[in-house]
Amino acid sequence: MNTIKLVVTAVDDTIGGIRTLTLADPDGAALPSFTPGSHIVVDCGGSANAYSLTGDGNSPTAYVISVLRCDEGAGGSRWIHDELALGDTVAAGPPRSAFAPVLRARRHLLVAAGIGITPMVSHLRSAQLWGRDVRMLYIHREGRAAYADVVAGLGEHASIHTGRAEFTDELLAALADQPFGTHLYVCGPASFIEYVTGAAADLGWPVSRIHLEHFGSDALDPGEPFAARVTSTGEEFVVDAGVSLLEELERRGFEVPNLCRRGVCGECRLPVSAGAITHRDLYLTDAEKKAGDALMACVSRGGDETLEVAL
Amino acid sequence: MISTPDLVRTFPFPFAADTYRYSTNVEPAGSAVPTPVGRWGERVVDVDSEYEHELAERAAVLATDPTRSAVLPHMRPACWDAMLTLMRELASGYPDSMSLQRHGAGWRWRNDRLGIEQDFILGDESTLPAEPLAYIAGQVQEDIVLLDQRDGDLFGDAGVVTFAADWSFGFDVGMTFLEIHGPVPRLRATGVITRAREFLMRLQPGETYRRTNWTLTIGRRLDVSTELYHEWGPDRTMINGVTDEEFGRLVHLRVEVQHLIRLPESGSICFLIRTYMLPLADIAAVDAWRVRAAAVLAELPEDIADYKGIIGYRDRAVQWLRSA
Repeated sequence: MNTIKLVVTAVDDTIGGIRTLTLADPDGAALPSFTPGSHIVVDCGGSANAYSLTGDGNSPTAYVISVLRCDEGAGGSRWIHDELALGDTVAAGPPRSAFAPVLRARRHLLVAAGIGITPMVSHLRSAQLWGRDVRMLYIHREGRAAYADVVAGLGEHASIHTGRAEFTDELLAALADQPFGTHLYVCGPASFIEYVTGAAADLGWPVSRIHLEHFGSDALDPGEPFAARVTSTGEEFVVDAGVSLLEELERRGFEVPNLCRRGVCGECRLPVSAGAITHRDLYLTDAEKKAGDALMACVSRGGDETLEVAL
Repeated sequence: MISTPDLVRTFPFPFAADTYRYSTNVEPAGSAVPTPVGRWGERVVDVDSEYEHELAERAAVLATDPTRSAVLPHMRPACWDAMLTLMRELASGYPDSMSLQRHGAGWRWRNDRLGIEQDFILGDESTLPAEPLAYIAGQVQEDIVLLDQRDGDLFGDAGVVTFAADWSFGFDVGMTFLEIHGPVPRLRATGVITRAREFLMRLQPGETYRRTNWTLTIGRRLDVSTELYHEWGPDRTMINGVTDEEFGRLVHLRVEVQHLIRLPESGSICFLIRTYMLPLADIAAVDAWRVRAAAVLAELPEDIADYKGIIGYRDRAVQWLRSA
């Protein structure tokens, strides 16, 4: 993954427990545009966390993220709240899209709870720019009204709640009364997502019209380290997490034909004579994967036993 | 040499081996590919000596047949996104003659090659002389198709295609990716096209890939769309009656360099098809090209040769190249 360096140019702690960061290019250049609902993965002092981008999506001069402090989490949010300061530099991946609006939808119904508002903010901005029909239901705790001003900008099509009972009444009424072709977007705690999607399913919403924001990209994870051996030379080595077998072989001077480096073109297929394979490509058929005698070196990996590559 | 020298120097000769089959031959865009006489591939949007001529031809085709251009209503943001993306590509590729600058809410586009300076506001069609996709299609030699991604599939929902190689954009608009490619032999059975679709659906914002495709065309005719089959179809029989000298001048190796860009703001996929053509006479002037092209054409299976519409004269093309 190509990493970008971003400088913290503003820190906003106005809302309790939520820190909003403005991140800009060190030289002030415009940052890559992003699709509504996109996130960036930020290196938070060792752990990598995904945060929704809430600012302007078209050639923005800064990325804005809002981070809820999670004391029971892996430590990434605590690092942002306690360690990160104005002027610091952070490393992040480029924007990734996994919660995009369906452009052909007749209407967009956005439902968010708490910090789950963050991926909806870029949806709202885009909907206003392009004149899409959008409705928003938002519930948050007293005193935690993140982005309430942006939501309120929708006027009569937005409704913001702090009380669960009224929110639920309005949610059920809204789910029961939308034009055909409406798409539903939900983000919030797991139990909230479950409740909203369950209610929608009970009311007959097709699964294809319901979109959930689950953080974590669909990119390949770095995988576990594994041992490999090249039959012709007897060379044995470990392929580290985050390094592909193809990269490791190239580093060691082996020439492996390759093109896409994404597991689709089929060029870097290598025969395997021993060891279990974790297939992660789109090229091999299910039967070929089951046979276990070849792998796509750019994405697929070995397992516990040494992977013997017949090179 | 029949062609302008720069067309030979930048020709994307498509054959990497002595045999050709359809494959998901995608690779990251932007790297230069050396050839025996030059190189190609550094730019996503490529401007050459045919620029003004081909743009005039596109305008003429569109004036005669407006169905070559279509935008389904939900693709409006994607058209703006494509326009900005292609302007950025032009500006970075040709900084001396093209630039895109932001002024607060507005933008200024400059294309000295066509004497254009245009201020516009994103999302406001009244600030442009044409709909944004049509506007930028008038300034790039590439044909453009925009694919919308929804319901786990891709749909060809907008585009400007004036130089189709025996297909019809007007017929295909709104179809799924698999439907569009339905007529191509072997694609479904070999999994090539479903893999390509899976790959495209995973492209992330700003990522750009490319592939090549090829066929033979008689005459330097860019518009060999299905709509005009009655004009160019008979050439496939006529060509067997011409002299050897004419054959080498008339039969062109037609190569498409196709770029695939995930548009960052709309999330749509921009599919660019740029068509390059060299007559066999110019191909034969480069010996490595002559030998390789003859080998590929000689070995090409019947069904593929038939689909490409070259089955009636490919044997003569092989003979011609081998004795050139």
